[in-house]
Amino acid sequence: MIAIIDYGMGNLRSVHKAFEAVGHQAVVTREARLIADASHVVLPGVGAFGDCMANLKQYDLIDPILAAIQSGKPFLGICLGLQLLFSESEEFGTHKGLGIIPGRVRKFVLNPSLKVPHMGWNDIQIVRPAPPFEGITRGSYCYFVHSYYVEPADSAVVAAVTEYGHPFAAAVWKDNVIACQFHPEKSQRIGLQIIKNFGAWT
Amino acid sequence: MLTKRIIPCLDVKDGRVVKGVSFVHLRDAGDPVEVATVYDHEGADELCFLDITASHENRKTILEVVEQTASRVFMPLTVGGGVRTREDIRTLLNAGADKVSINTTAVQQPEFVREAAQRFGTQCIVVAIDAKRSEAEHWGVFTHGGRKPTGLDPVDWAQRMEAYGAGEILLTSMDQDGRQNGYDLALTAAVSRCVKIPVIASGGVGTLEHLYDGLVTGRADAVLAASIFHFRTHTIQQAKTYLHERGVPVRLGPA
Repeated sequence: MIAIIDYGMGNLRSVHKAFEAVGHQAVVTREARLIADASHVVLPGVGAFGDCMANLKQYDLIDPILAAIQSGKPFLGICLGLQLLFSESEEFGTHKGLGIIPGRVRKFVLNPSLKVPHMGWNDIQIVRPAPPFEGITRGSYCYFVHSYYVEPADSAVVAAVTEYGHPFAAAVWKDNVIACQFHPEKSQRIGLQIIKNFGAWT
Repeated sequence: MLTKRIIPCLDVKDGRVVKGVSFVHLRDAGDPVEVATVYDHEGADELCFLDITASHENRKTILEVVEQTASRVFMPLTVGGGVRTREDIRTLLNAGADKVSINTTAVQQPEFVREAAQRFGTQCIVVAIDAKRSEAEHWGVFTHGGRKPTGLDPVDWAQRMEAYGAGEILLTSMDQDGRQNGYDLALTAAVSRCVKIPVIASGGVGTLEHLYDGLVTGRADAVLAASIFHFRTHTIQQAKTYLHERGVPVRLGPA
């Protein structure tokens, strides 16, 4: 069973339905026991960084998340769920993150011809073939919507790169943790393939 | 490279598509979920549902439509129409919407946009602006489906909404809407030039060239269209192939 962590920030239905659509059983939960028992854990995310961290604390989800990652089971972060894994973010002030991946979350500061949020379909270049990216070709289009991007302290964790004004990490991969800046649950066939691969990852 | 988005828009009333959709191969062309599924297969980049249900009691039908669509179609979904409270936003997002579009309530209570952006994230807050030309190169913002003037200038209003945390502007020309004469390009360019958030051009598409003009001359980041796709004048694929051949970055290939 795959546990999708619900910390009250909405839009979990699409993630849940995407797992179901590719034949993986998943549950949306904020119960520590279900997260501990799950074979795979997903940290989705929509909203502001500080609010999300506050909600994770309020629901006592930080320890279960850290325990899930330390247990070695496959862990997927999506969008804000990627950013939360980092040390800190500069969104609306400075906020501490979960600190799984050293690095910062930074706002796009771009030439005025480039709009922020970075919103829409952009191509990803896979630089490290993480198991969830099996069968995904270079240049596949994925759906992004974000105003902040991650800057890992160690660029060796970057698994995929996208260009928007400058190259940024579209995905990171560290041991059992894979996390995407784009939304696989909104990226049609390509996204569903990533979700299917993730659910099959052991 | 970030591609330009093609967004079919469905007007939904009491859970049914209105304004007409003539998909011959559909069992029920009035079913928004079926129509959404076709656009998904054709590689639409996003979908927009505009709920024009008049009565409050029937508004839960849009939630059912969103829930069913989000179970089958894995692409971004914007829902607008009658969004008045934080609870309205929460229920739409929980039903599977990715973004909500706010129009009249933004004009009546601009602070609502700020609160919504802080609570739910700027990326899911779209501010819809309905504009009408008053004289050459001057426009006014209207609400209530274009019936009520607000005295606001669309460029000023878009900038203010950006400052309040809107993540995107859905800009409709009330003069052009439904006429299939092309977008109001001067309006679209004027707004797009003055904000850093993406602008979706809406109102008036009749040909593929109109899409091109909206993206290039109008500087829009995305184009919304209804009739040309609903009546199968063109498929989404044809639109994308046309734009690609004219040098506009679009996402090609099967979805």
